[in-house]
Amino acid sequence: MAIVECTDVVKTYQQGKVDVRALRGVTLSIDTGGFVALAGPSGSGKTTLLNLIGGLDEPDSGHITVDGNPFDEMSQSRLAELRLNKIGFIFQAYNLIPVLSAVENVEYVMLLQGVGAGERRERARAILDEVGLSDMYNRRPAELSGGQQQRVAVARAIVSNPALVLADEPTANLDSKTGNGLLEMMAEMNRTKKVTFIFSTHDQRVMDYARRLIRIQDGRVAEDVDKAA
Amino acid sequence: MSIHFKMAWRNIWRNRRRSLLTMLAIAFACALLVFMLSFQFGSYEAMLNSAIKIHTGYFQIQAEGYQDKNDIRSVVPNPEKVARILDNIPQVSAYTFRASAFSLASSEERTYGVAVSGIDPNKEAAVSSIKRLIREGEYLSEGDSDEALVGALLAKNLRVGIGDAITLLGQGRDGSVAATVVTVKGIFSSGLDDFDRNAVHIPLKYFQEVFFMRGAVHTVVGLTPSLWDLPKVVDAAEARLAGLNTDRPLAVLDWKELMPGLAQAIMIDLISALIFYMLLILVVAFSILNTFLMAIFERTREFGVLMAMGTTKERLTRLLMTESMIMTVLGIAGGILLGGLVTLYFQKHGISMGDSSELFRQFGISGRIYPRFTPLSAAIGPSLVLVITFLVALYPAFKVRKLRPVEALSYV
Repeated sequence: MAIVECTDVVKTYQQGKVDVRALRGVTLSIDTGGFVALAGPSGSGKTTLLNLIGGLDEPDSGHITVDGNPFDEMSQSRLAELRLNKIGFIFQAYNLIPVLSAVENVEYVMLLQGVGAGERRERARAILDEVGLSDMYNRRPAELSGGQQQRVAVARAIVSNPALVLADEPTANLDSKTGNGLLEMMAEMNRTKKVTFIFSTHDQRVMDYARRLIRIQDGRVAEDVDKAA
Repeated sequence: MSIHFKMAWRNIWRNRRRSLLTMLAIAFACALLVFMLSFQFGSYEAMLNSAIKIHTGYFQIQAEGYQDKNDIRSVVPNPEKVARILDNIPQVSAYTFRASAFSLASSEERTYGVAVSGIDPNKEAAVSSIKRLIREGEYLSEGDSDEALVGALLAKNLRVGIGDAITLLGQGRDGSVAATVVTVKGIFSSGLDDFDRNAVHIPLKYFQEVFFMRGAVHTVVGLTPSLWDLPKVVDAAEARLAGLNTDRPLAVLDWKELMPGLAQAIMIDLISALIFYMLLILVVAFSILNTFLMAIFERTREFGVLMAMGTTKERLTRLLMTESMIMTVLGIAGGILLGGLVTLYFQKHGISMGDSSELFRQFGISGRIYPRFTPLSAAIGPSLVLVITFLVALYPAFKVRKLRPVEALSYV
């Protein structure tokens, strides 16, 4: 069953006085449980596509549906609700909330969901244990290494059991050993928790880990390879 | 402590110096407002007390219309009945009777128009400060008759001293000529120039004889322990006086009706000060607005992340409002504390008015002013700061609502 469906998605944005056609009619479908890499060079449109799938931006034309929810029929607040309950985000620059500790960063999403304080703390600690940060609950982002911050970001993205995790170049700022460890961890979560992962990347390691590789070039799907097939 | 509050609290301290400066600006404005308002209240109280204590009293009972026309025929005909009513109102701390008439006062050399008042020496001493204001000679005593107290400026103008004679010529209650010669027994100086230039006090009984008052008086002048008790006394006295059968109904006037000029002067001073305070608060408000806007520009990317995670715009607005209100409340609390301590110090020791003393003397105030720290003076300024800061903080808090997640995330 498809968790993401994009039909003829077009997106143009302005860079200074120039119109940049980031997506020129993308149509694709991603199944539940997928571990998918959107690959392509800088400026190819992969991050734009990821933002559109995450409901962070609106397409100029075309339709996007995530977990059965058609975006073009949804208000901004309903989109926020969908992101809260169905989608986790992992960013290249980690983007943890600097004033919150590791455990509080992970708890934050559950706070938005209205989970009680006790359960929140318990689940946040459990997921931090799972990503190997059991002795760093109370450290602030500034006191963590890049790899550790990205692990907290992964924990934050999956703690509320989303249907879909969108990761924008998650390994770009990490050394190869840390990057490999992180990828292994996400692959494990994909297997055990059945969470769908979609990466935008130009990192070959990510492409190697992905079971499906969609190459984007000049705003179009240039290649779509399902390695499992 | 909730994560929401923790975030707000920690966000404040991300830029420690800026937040501290903002809170200090708020605290300084509040402290200044608390002190200035307390100072004003102190000077108003001093003005009122001196005017009230010297002559007017907190309230007066008069025949209706007497205040406007000062007609000698508008009398309180049976003062002893009014006395019984006032004796039964617990908030009345003292009262006295007075009768007054306009007369010509002549010495050997000069003649001036004066206001002659008949006073009950003992009762008057409990209500007004006239006894303490005697600078030369002595105060009137119970057995005195044709003896008078005169204001220092009047004595100077008439060129009279203690023991000199003054001829008073006026109109009696019945329309006949009222004339007598009195001896100056005491000269008083109140600091209120008008009063010192015009007033002649003679014993009430003697006044009633000379001006054919037939036992009547013109005013019953009363005091209450504080101004706060005044409305109760006015209400109670009005209700009970309605039961007296007099030719003209009796009215109870409070100090504002008795001294409309002073009440208006206080109001004008208060309004002009409030305009100045509003300007001060506006300056502080812009500094606060700058702080809040800077915080938003710096954290735009973070807001993008929060929105990406599903944080609603309402929650972001709440977060920013919580931050600004924590800073405001801390600043205000510090300001009230600082302003309160400074005010209490000067409330005890007073502030010398130096060269301005002459100006204040016109209102009967000595050379030192004592600020008066009251719940009202502590609350007005800080409340205004709170309201204005809240309104100012709404702008950046609502500006966040216009952010789009993808733009915020790519904000540099």
